[in-house]
Amino acid sequence: MAKKDYDIFTPKTRAIVFGMQTNAVQRMMDFDYVAKRKKPSVACIVNPGRTTTHRAFWGDKEVMIPVWPDIATALANHKDVDVMVNFASMRSSYGTSKEALETDQIRTVIIIAEGVPEHRTRELVALAAKKNKVIIGPATVGGVAAGAFKIGNTGGTIDNIVECKLHRPGSVGFVSKSGGMSNEMFKMCALNTDGIYEGIAIGGDKFPGSTLLSHLIRYEANPKIKMLVCLGELGGDEEYKIRDAVKSGKIKKPLVMWVTGTCAKAFPSGVQFGHAGAKADAEAETADAKNKALKEAGIYVPKSYDDFGELIHDVYVEKVCKGKEPADKAEVVTKTPMDYKQAVKEGLVRKPTSFVTTIADDSGEELLYAGVPISEVIEGDYGLGGVISLLWFKKKLPKWATDFLELCIQITADHGPCVSGAHNAIVTARAGKDMISALVSGMLTIGPRFGGAVDGAARIFKWAVENDYEPNDFVKEMKSKNVNIQGIGHRIKSTTNPDKRVELLKDYAHANFPDTRLLDYALEVEKITTSKKNNLILNVDGTIGILFVDLMWTCGKFTPEEVDEIVEIGYLNGLFVLGRSIGMMGHYFDQRRLKSGLYRHPMDDVLYMLPDESEL
Amino acid sequence: MAQRGIREFDAKRMLAEHGPKYIGKDFSYDGKLVLVTPKTDMKKLAKEYPWLEKTKLVVKPDQLFGKRGKHKLLLVDADWKKAQKWIKDRMNKKVKVGKVEGKLTHFLIEPFFPHKEEFYIAMKSERDGDVVYFSKEGGIYVEENWDKVIQIPVPILQTLTQAKFEKACAKVLNKTQMKLLAPFAVGLFKFYRQLNFAYLEINPFAVSGKNVVPLDFVGKLDDTGVFESGLLWGDVEFPVSFGMTYTKEEEYIKTLVEKSGSSLKLTILNPKGRVWTMVAGGGASVIYADTIVDLGSAKELANYGEYSGNPSTDETYEYAKTIMDLMTRGKPNPKGKFLLIGGGIANFTDVAKTFKGINMAFSDYADKLKKHNVKIYVRRGGPNYKEGLRNIEKHVKDLGLPIEVYGPETHMTKIVKWALEGKI
Repeated sequence: MAKKDYDIFTPKTRAIVFGMQTNAVQRMMDFDYVAKRKKPSVACIVNPGRTTTHRAFWGDKEVMIPVWPDIATALANHKDVDVMVNFASMRSSYGTSKEALETDQIRTVIIIAEGVPEHRTRELVALAAKKNKVIIGPATVGGVAAGAFKIGNTGGTIDNIVECKLHRPGSVGFVSKSGGMSNEMFKMCALNTDGIYEGIAIGGDKFPGSTLLSHLIRYEANPKIKMLVCLGELGGDEEYKIRDAVKSGKIKKPLVMWVTGTCAKAFPSGVQFGHAGAKADAEAETADAKNKALKEAGIYVPKSYDDFGELIHDVYVEKVCKGKEPADKAEVVTKTPMDYKQAVKEGLVRKPTSFVTTIADDSGEELLYAGVPISEVIEGDYGLGGVISLLWFKKKLPKWATDFLELCIQITADHGPCVSGAHNAIVTARAGKDMISALVSGMLTIGPRFGGAVDGAARIFKWAVENDYEPNDFVKEMKSKNVNIQGIGHRIKSTTNPDKRVELLKDYAHANFPDTRLLDYALEVEKITTSKKNNLILNVDGTIGILFVDLMWTCGKFTPEEVDEIVEIGYLNGLFVLGRSIGMMGHYFDQRRLKSGLYRHPMDDVLYMLPDESEL
Repeated sequence: MAQRGIREFDAKRMLAEHGPKYIGKDFSYDGKLVLVTPKTDMKKLAKEYPWLEKTKLVVKPDQLFGKRGKHKLLLVDADWKKAQKWIKDRMNKKVKVGKVEGKLTHFLIEPFFPHKEEFYIAMKSERDGDVVYFSKEGGIYVEENWDKVIQIPVPILQTLTQAKFEKACAKVLNKTQMKLLAPFAVGLFKFYRQLNFAYLEINPFAVSGKNVVPLDFVGKLDDTGVFESGLLWGDVEFPVSFGMTYTKEEEYIKTLVEKSGSSLKLTILNPKGRVWTMVAGGGASVIYADTIVDLGSAKELANYGEYSGNPSTDETYEYAKTIMDLMTRGKPNPKGKFLLIGGGIANFTDVAKTFKGINMAFSDYADKLKKHNVKIYVRRGGPNYKEGLRNIEKHVKDLGLPIEVYGPETHMTKIVKWALEGKI
């Protein structure tokens, strides 16, 4: 059955949505579902340059909506489409709307964008007139044909749609400029009549794509529409054209109409109201003059907006129901499942979580580190050490302790290019890899032999003290087990060539720690080991690990169980990793700056010792 | 966004700059123009524009009002010294133009051009096209002689052709005039369309040899055309109507929206008024104002404004703070004040989100609002309205302020009646 010209939207109307407006698409489809449409009104989306699919809900199921790169492809794939809801920006609305109007397939284009240049809209209007097509907008939310087709975001939430009886057709044809007010008027019509059949907001521009009158003429021609409601506005002369249409008999159906902006008389001239067209430049353009003229022509005009609903009701009862108060029809409304997000918002659902976090929270207004707002961290001068204590230990440690953490990081930041980590980072950088790769390849060398003895040392010395080993017995015990004591020994440092870094750490501890029990014990052990071999000194890893145990034992913030756990989990190696990553990144940047080429190890530095074939 | 008037200075500057491109290389209007503002250093001016001291001058205010001769605000045939004195005597002075009183702040200086004949040309945009108006008898009496004005409608998909103009004006122009004026009109029409003019009126213009000299120029641009014609406009200004000035707060709200896709508007009508509104939506805000005026409270209506287009929490916060700050200035009015937070049923604006911003403002201004005995009325619907209404009611009550809250089940402007009836 061919569509009549007055019916631009039916329950079979299918549309292109131009622009990746997924919320609007979902709202259209939710409407379709409660309106009991057989197919979604959104046939496809056009997202310039992209071919993909978009998942949307159809009731409680998900369906795929095709996404096409341009209008032509979309139309070629969807022969049943004759409407385009154009969400393009004010810059591209003209071009895309023009393209759609020039096709044979599209009959109606809705332009949502606000700020389309007036002469561009006027060009589109002329084009549409030539091809007998309809434009709704620009600067509008669109409109709705109750129970048939909903444009974009019109009508708001699904609850509101049902409350405003938009899910099935009534018998009122409504048109206004204001998109915001259209929803309000749907409600008013729903409260005072059997609801709207169709409601269009033409948009607030001075030269809208279609006029109030053109829609009223359409409604007049549609036998299913029994009465008309129109909300006009000050500015322009559109309302006089409506008056003339009523006078000349072009509009015969009962029309209830109100022109807003009666307040303008109390304002200084030059106030621009919310809509671009809403400014009266002459007496005839004022709301009062228009309301008066409409009333004189026999149109139903309320005394004020407050009486609008009542008058709509009275006209509906008298003219449409012929004097009988209509009975409310009981009806069953299809339920649309609520979106999970919405249900959470309203406190209707709950579910167990998959993750727990106890250290940082960005879900509120301000980022929190272990409950401390970031502003307090900065203003309270927590420093890097303070941040580490919050995020690693969830504690506010005293200043001497956080300073110690910073000291560790500074001391471990780098140890020249020859150590394993830096070397690997350099080789990786020179192989042309990225910063993260270089950093990671350096990091991966950290372990029991390189930099990773912090935890081991803490563990073994703590064990020795807690089990009351005399230093001598401890060394013997380790010897008997043939285990190297972690934290003891250095490749090049010795008693004659002491490690300055260790000296600094020891000095700091002696000067600032309330007590250095474990360090003192370790130094006793060192005396024994260095008497055997002068490079078996307490090394940097060992000193940091041991001093950290002293820190935890003496600062009064850690329970014995916490100390055990921290040593066990491997927190303390983290101090070395954190510090050394500064150096490794430095080496990476350095090599990039130097534009060093690929590294190849010199062959004369390798002893080639392959087995003889006969040995195999 | 709308049609907005520009200064005669800017209109003429654009014509001088782009005229030859559209009208033809023979068009040689030189665009000798100087705009004097309160900040202009008059002494430097003569050095920068030596012609000021060499020619006789015309001086007039350039503030979007016409009929300057009639209001004795036009100086003609003056030398530079006289012109300076004339401006000095009037700068920052209040004058009454028609019903409107305002301060003179901008003056246009041009060379004086003695002439006999005054022509009229105007272009106006209508929905289905543009209309070109032309008259050989321009000047101040053009309205009285409106029947002599030739009207040439130009449909939007067509342009003004030389043939069309010649045909329409064949009876009034002689051959020499036609040879000059037909290309001028055709070019001017291109200029009008290309630069997104919504209205243009040169009344009068004079003719001298091969030259057309615009003597008075009124122009309105469609400011939405900025992304098409902004470069051609150059550094154009959209001044407020004569007699109106933006307050600091109005300026602030304007700058807020420049950065976002949402819409915030604020016009202060009466800073001492007792009825303040904060209404969502361009359509609804007008209806609220209508209702307040209908109830006889026009004099107490303090502001007109609206917020819409799903503004962020921060934007609503700033907007609400501005209004609350304005309404709690000065000595408290013993009769108290009203804040109407209204709106229709939103299509997609998140009510809870926008109300969150309003609540933040309430926290900041609770004490001041109490001191000024402000009663708050709310009516709103739309996405998440239940949450929004619940939150605002609880929050404001917790702050110890009187509030009444209504949803979409209540007629939109009922709160105006409930708030104001019998209390103003």
